[in-house]
Amino acid sequence: MSELTELYQEVILDHNRRPRNFAKLESANRMAEGINPLCGDQVVVYLQLDGDRIVDMSFQGYGCAIAKASASLMTEQLKGKSRADADQLFAALHALLTGDPSVDLSEDGLGKLEVLAGVREFPIRVKCATLAWHAMRAALRQDRPQVSTE
Amino acid sequence: MSTGTRMSQPTSGGAFPVQRIRDDFPVLNQRVNGQPLVYLDNASTAQKPRVVIDTLSRYYAEDNANIHRAIHTLAERATQAYERTRSKVREFINAADSREIIFVRGTTEGINLAAQSYARSVLTEGDEIIVSAMEHHSNIVPWQLVCQQVGARLRVIPVDDDGELLVDEYRRLLSERTKLVALAHVSNVLGTINPVKQMIEMAHSHGAPVLLDGAQAVPHLRVDVRDLDCDFYAFSSHKLYGPTGVGALYGKADLLEEMPPYQGGGEMIASVTFEKTQYNVLPYKFEAGTPNIAGVVGLGAAIDYVQQVGLSAAGGYEHELLDYATGVLAAIPGLQIIGTAREKASVISFVIDGIHAHDLGTILDQHGVAIRAGHHCAMPLMQRFGVPATARASFAFYNTREEVDALARAVDAAIEVFG
Repeated sequence: MSELTELYQEVILDHNRRPRNFAKLESANRMAEGINPLCGDQVVVYLQLDGDRIVDMSFQGYGCAIAKASASLMTEQLKGKSRADADQLFAALHALLTGDPSVDLSEDGLGKLEVLAGVREFPIRVKCATLAWHAMRAALRQDRPQVSTE
Repeated sequence: MSTGTRMSQPTSGGAFPVQRIRDDFPVLNQRVNGQPLVYLDNASTAQKPRVVIDTLSRYYAEDNANIHRAIHTLAERATQAYERTRSKVREFINAADSREIIFVRGTTEGINLAAQSYARSVLTEGDEIIVSAMEHHSNIVPWQLVCQQVGARLRVIPVDDDGELLVDEYRRLLSERTKLVALAHVSNVLGTINPVKQMIEMAHSHGAPVLLDGAQAVPHLRVDVRDLDCDFYAFSSHKLYGPTGVGALYGKADLLEEMPPYQGGGEMIASVTFEKTQYNVLPYKFEAGTPNIAGVVGLGAAIDYVQQVGLSAAGGYEHELLDYATGVLAAIPGLQIIGTAREKASVISFVIDGIHAHDLGTILDQHGVAIRAGHHCAMPLMQRFGVPATARASFAFYNTREEVDALARAVDAAIEVFG
């Protein structure tokens, strides 16, 4: 059962129960929806982008604890960051979730996102943890209003 | 915790020989994540008895040849084995004639065949197809495609909070515009057994034929297509303890005779010239190309096995299991069962306050308990009940009360994690 404890850490359970920045962002100038057609989970990510900088950020939707916690942590981590920061953090998170050894995670600035490391033992749940991130990237690119995990 | 009150009687003492039946299913005898496997995802696909596995292996080892073609001995044996299954399916669902049994890849292909061959050639603009709010996507999307192709309209029978179809609303939807009714015999999410015989009679009084999606019904109920008087009936082998990739579509011979082929190719022809092709007779007109011969032969073994267990004894046992599981799950605080129809097959969908079905699925799996979590390919029904997803435990005749208890213990553990 230790893998379960590793997956459902207190920080994740807390962000699931009380997701941060969980509302529509009235000042948003970018948004994108992410859906996981396999499970019907859906998230909308709102961004207020000023030039290269994410001034404010929020999300709405429904999903499992992993999806919600990852989205909530993402909004906390990315406020005030640049596009390049966001891309780099996504790459680091992806490496963390998939156990990709080619990415050096020692100075990645994952911070609190480290709590998602337990997802690695549950490959089927990686899509849950990245759903909101894919929506965030689509919102930054503003090329597609909806992205899918498939 | 509520677990302490769950002291079930061992099932082996009952009239139904579940322990002996479990021994017929090799896959059940294993541990998953260190716990004995509790397989409760039978509505997705059922496990296979050894006799089905052996039949597939023996077919390939001893008889493999293409059917209805060559003169040689193996081809003769393969053809006989394939056609014997057609007779078994005819008998199993009490069709009048083996020509009315068409082998397909599964329920989905059976419905698509009826949609593209029957509905598309018969319906015109302004006509209506009626489905219900509890259909699987495979009994929605094929009809939407036809509607787009011919300009027809899809009408939907609503369900009530218990998960029963509103038959009075259905009565109101029926009209001279109704050209086809397509219904689940048993709901894959709610377990509801629909009053299809009555609904077929109502459709026929308006001259509309009825297709039944029998995927969830054939593993649990005795199906008699002549007593039901349905016009089409589709089901899959793999939910009936048979191989994947094969199923059957029953159609009344007079309808099938009039229908154009679904696919072109070998087998479905009588003669071909570049000017004109004569189609083969029923059922071969609808079986283009080399079919899943081994799968069909395996389905025959599965039907024999189910007949030997006895559908009425198995159905009775499954019903006891359903009642027991319903009681045990309903007693868990915060758990709500979705689908409380009076007539149900052994399927229980549920949601738990504050726990998403996927998280539940992961935690149960760590306890060796396999359930389905998600929208069950029935997104409109999920919307009807206002939930993005449910957890679903579905029981077969090899499941036991002890396994229901294991499910409940695992649910308790999940509630503890999410406290």
